Amino acid sequence: MFDFSVATAWIDQGLRNVMSPAWAITVECVLIGVALLAVYAIMALILILAERKVCAAFQCRLGPNRVGPWGSIQTVADMIKILTKEIISIRHVDNFLYNLAPFIVILGSLLAFACIPFAKGLQALDFNVGIFFMIAASSMGIVGILLAGWSSNNKFSLIGAMRSGAQMISYELSIGLSILTMVVLSGTMQISEIVERQDQLWFLFKGHVPALVAFVIYLIAGTAETNRGPFDLPEAESELTAGYHTEYSGMHFGFYYVAEFVNMFIVASIATTLFLGGWMPLHIPGLDEFNRVMDLIPSVIWFFGKSALMVFVIMWFKWTFPRLRIDQLLTLEWKYLLPLNLLNLLVMVVIVVTGWHF
Amino acid sequence: MNNLLLLLVVMLTAIALVFAGWGIGAWISPRSYNPLKEEAYECGVPTRGRSWMQFKAGYYLFAILFLMFDVEAVFLFPWAVVVREMGINGLLSVLFFLVVLILGLAYAWKKGALEWK
Repeated sequence: MFDFSVATAWIDQGLRNVMSPAWAITVECVLIGVALLAVYAIMALILILAERKVCAAFQCRLGPNRVGPWGSIQTVADMIKILTKEIISIRHVDNFLYNLAPFIVILGSLLAFACIPFAKGLQALDFNVGIFFMIAASSMGIVGILLAGWSSNNKFSLIGAMRSGAQMISYELSIGLSILTMVVLSGTMQISEIVERQDQLWFLFKGHVPALVAFVIYLIAGTAETNRGPFDLPEAESELTAGYHTEYSGMHFGFYYVAEFVNMFIVASIATTLFLGGWMPLHIPGLDEFNRVMDLIPSVIWFFGKSALMVFVIMWFKWTFPRLRIDQLLTLEWKYLLPLNLLNLLVMVVIVVTGWHF
Repeated sequence: MNNLLLLLVVMLTAIALVFAGWGIGAWISPRSYNPLKEEAYECGVPTRGRSWMQFKAGYYLFAILFLMFDVEAVFLFPWAVVVREMGINGLLSVLFFLVVLILGLAYAWKKGALEWK
């Protein structure tokens, strides 16, 4: 398995040879920023294209197929187009909060994005409370959405933001508790450590029944957290025009769009990291030959393959289930998922304490 | 490299991304003035009343309940890391904490706070 920290250490050494340590650190900071921005933007473009293609396949259409081979640079063209659209300023908005909201949304999603372990040693932020930090960072987005809805001075925005707030804070609990269940199993919160501990068996198999229940709950709650269908009532087009971002136009709106898609990827990659072993290849204890063949596949491919599968499942939800009503949505969370989750946590603790896991 | 320095770098990157996108957008996009463009996008007819008004209390109830369980999760995370070493003792002491919270949820349920009215 190739360790990317060797490559980064090599770059670090190279820079220190030609300049003073302070300059080397500055250059490295800039490099990390640029790399993060590039991956963030490319990820958003690929995901938007994937969403349109998957949606088209579910509806027996072709999807974008004119710009580039199989429409592969359609989203690049769309992005250039959205840059040339006028950013309209509205008269009665609360100007400061209205302009602040996109910053908070992008900040939350980029902070969580920086914690993702893409491959062995390829992770920007690796705190010892990593997974906890990731939940905290991704829930910052709620503040941005509430501010956007409130400051727009528009009734559609306000209703959309309130619904969004109620939905996201409710499902935040399920996300937190199912991640807590997995932290009990792994015994650490550092993301790289969590991945390292799955080298024998992925946590989904290691924790058998409670891990499986936590996985299903996490997927449902994660879909709700990203405001995607069937939980897309904050931006239900037929009722609320566009929900909390009704008043935003041009690139201002583009930030919400990009953040929404990258949040979907973040949810998919947390699911991958916690349950499906992150970049760790598929290992079956006892089958050494099989494990050796699996080790030949690079860790980046493992990570992106598993995340792509998760992203596809989340898109599949959207195009399969009808939209929920708000009372059904809150009932599902508070009366079914939350009690089930607390019970599941206790079962997991009992299993870990008595050592019944694999 | 220091993790907190990296955190600062990521935050600055996010702010730079929004400023860059916004700046380029504002720079290359056309601009035209029309008084109707500045109105709120509601239904085409003039907006009645203010949008900054008192809102349904149902959302407030759920926010309060959320606060209770989220703070609980914050307390449980450090425990979750060490529960394997603490064994049965750790399980029993947190079980008491959890039962109190579950009773709280049961009370809210019984009182009808979880019904959407």
